[in-house]
Amino acid sequence: MSITDYILIFSIVFVMFNGILVSVLAVIYGERKVLARLQQRIGPSRTGPWGILQTLADAVKLVLKEDIRPQNSDRIIFYLAPLIIFTPIFMLWVVLPFGSGLVLGDIDLGLFYVSALLGLSVVGMVAAGWSSNSKYAMLGSARSAAQLISYELPLILSILSVGLFAQLFTDNPFNLSNIVHAQSGLPFIFVMPLAFILFLIGGLAETARIPFDIPHADEEIVGGAFVEYSGIRWGAFQLSEYTGLITMAFLASILFLGGWSGPFSDKFVWLQPFYISMKTGFIILLAFWIRAPLPRLRIDQLMAFAWKVIIPISFANFILVSLVVFMGDRINLPIYQIQLILGCLNLVSMIALGYLITARRKKRLAVYRERWGEK
Amino acid sequence: METKATVIRDENSETAELRINMGPQHPATHGVFRMVLTLDGERVVTVEPHIGYLHRGSEKLTEGENFQQITTLFDRLDYISNFNNEWVYVRAVERAMEVEIPERAEFIRIILGELNRIASHFLFYGTYGLDIGAMNPVMIGFRERERIQALFEGVSGARMMHNYFRVGGVKEDLPEGFVPAVYALLEHLKKGYEDARDILTESEIFIERTAGIGALDPEKTLDYGVTGPVLRAAGVDYDIRKADPYSMYSDIDFSVPLGSHGDCYDRYMVRMLEIEQSIKIIEQCVKKLPDGPIQGKVSRILRPPEGDFFVHGENPRGDLGVYLVSSGGTVRPYRLKIRGPSFSNLMALKSMMEGAYLADSTVILGSLDIVLGEVDR
Repeated sequence: MSITDYILIFSIVFVMFNGILVSVLAVIYGERKVLARLQQRIGPSRTGPWGILQTLADAVKLVLKEDIRPQNSDRIIFYLAPLIIFTPIFMLWVVLPFGSGLVLGDIDLGLFYVSALLGLSVVGMVAAGWSSNSKYAMLGSARSAAQLISYELPLILSILSVGLFAQLFTDNPFNLSNIVHAQSGLPFIFVMPLAFILFLIGGLAETARIPFDIPHADEEIVGGAFVEYSGIRWGAFQLSEYTGLITMAFLASILFLGGWSGPFSDKFVWLQPFYISMKTGFIILLAFWIRAPLPRLRIDQLMAFAWKVIIPISFANFILVSLVVFMGDRINLPIYQIQLILGCLNLVSMIALGYLITARRKKRLAVYRERWGEK
Repeated sequence: METKATVIRDENSETAELRINMGPQHPATHGVFRMVLTLDGERVVTVEPHIGYLHRGSEKLTEGENFQQITTLFDRLDYISNFNNEWVYVRAVERAMEVEIPERAEFIRIILGELNRIASHFLFYGTYGLDIGAMNPVMIGFRERERIQALFEGVSGARMMHNYFRVGGVKEDLPEGFVPAVYALLEHLKKGYEDARDILTESEIFIERTAGIGALDPEKTLDYGVTGPVLRAAGVDYDIRKADPYSMYSDIDFSVPLGSHGDCYDRYMVRMLEIEQSIKIIEQCVKKLPDGPIQGKVSRILRPPEGDFFVHGENPRGDLGVYLVSSGGTVRPYRLKIRGPSFSNLMALKSMMEGAYLADSTVILGSLDIVLGEVDR
């Protein structure tokens, strides 16, 4: 490699890194504003116009803060842990396409790459918790390990069902750009809404957001694995949390919402990054919205929800998609018919699931209504 | 739903119990309370409560203060329900001196006391939501409490430390426009109550987190001397306003909400329904509020006769008792013993928390709704 290559790589990394940084600042600002609005507050309003400089000010404060390491902590691992968490999430952005051709590494095993790297952040969490020499941090990291491993399964199963279905359109169904191209007609959310919802639930749990924020649980273990960190290292954790959220939303919009495609996106290439960021922003907004009113689950309820509810449904969904794709391919059905069949089957199963859930909820609530009379 | 400890152990693997120190600096211990939890994984094996971080010696301090000055100390006991505290104290001195209290003063006291109960329960609602991880309740709870406190500020001049109740009556008459302000406030409170109820009461996650957690049966509650909403959640019908009526409560129509299971959900529901009842009481009192004097005939310097006097009242947290020993003819009490509901309720913590999950520990502690100012005194 020549020197110009190095300069090119360095400048790309520089641009990507700073782009992520700025978007994280924007997302944190957006979260504070949206949450404030949902709670009848104003939110940040003093730092700059409409308070838009608030997160920047917070970031500057974090950078300038003293970097404290607890006594008896494992020095090397303690300093490495934020990097171990942040690096895989940052590496994910190599394969994520912003537009047709607007991607750093258009590799054919993009989906595998994504699912492999998504699972790596748990190593950093455990490293942080273990090396801090703190009981709260250790409990937090044990919780994260349990939760992230459990919710990895539904997440990856729904990713895989997308890959399976994309087989009908292209020879390289695990390439993320090809997946987006396959959705130019009909986004996969209309074909596989069940997989989309499973992905969202898994994504919320992977990014440890309410109602699945058990690894942090401010009221019980006061922040979990990060409790001993301060200053820029704590900032790095926060950065990776929010980068994780953005990445998850970006992935959801690539896999289910048709990525960069939208009206006139073929004619005007500059519209493509716009479309994909709009879709990503929508999913992020959804996460904020979910966060506002819901309480947190307990660890055993969370695990029961994963292993008894979400994972069986994920497997059923995966088998359903593979059966439809396989049979459709066997008897040479046109693609739109396969889409129709799969969409209808999904719709039926969603209605059945919705019915089951509401029936269960009604039954559960009836017990409490009975306790307290009809009110 | 019922949480039974089923611990699966592998004989070959070594496990160790983890002792974890919760508090005094911890976001969910509602002040400076400290628990040393012994954990087996996520299960609590034993809990050792440590109190005393906020000890100011209130009981001893009363022995050095005049009878009029002691109200300020009572403001600072349970700093969420100041009016109710003052009320019990002034009633103790009134009992000792056999003072006649004008009717208007009694109604003012009931209105303010019940408003304070609502404020306290809204604060519980907010912090309890926060204990379980929901963010919205705390905003609603504090919003409604702030409305009540604005009214209190108009009445007494202070948001929290009122020093408004006097032996024989109240400090000064209600400000102009108090009655319409109360009506407007009640309308707001009813709306806020609906908002609050919609978010938590029928939320499935909330029910999952609170139902069957930290249950106390009626016998145990009585053994521990638990009072207030925690006792009534267990199904024991004991409300001092009904059982030993004071002030004008015997003339007022209200009911006492009772639970059946004694778990965290029932405690929450009892408090929420008490808000409804308190609104009902206030509406009746405002309608009946007579004109007239606000201060009975009391000498300027209080010298209660010799003797022991015990008075208790229904505080938002339970039975606040004041045991006053007067040596007769002196301006200071010989001894003043306070029976704090938070302190007594806290004693049941151990039996509720053992076997629960770590995450439940904050839920159980939150459901007791303790105020450390009163626990440590």
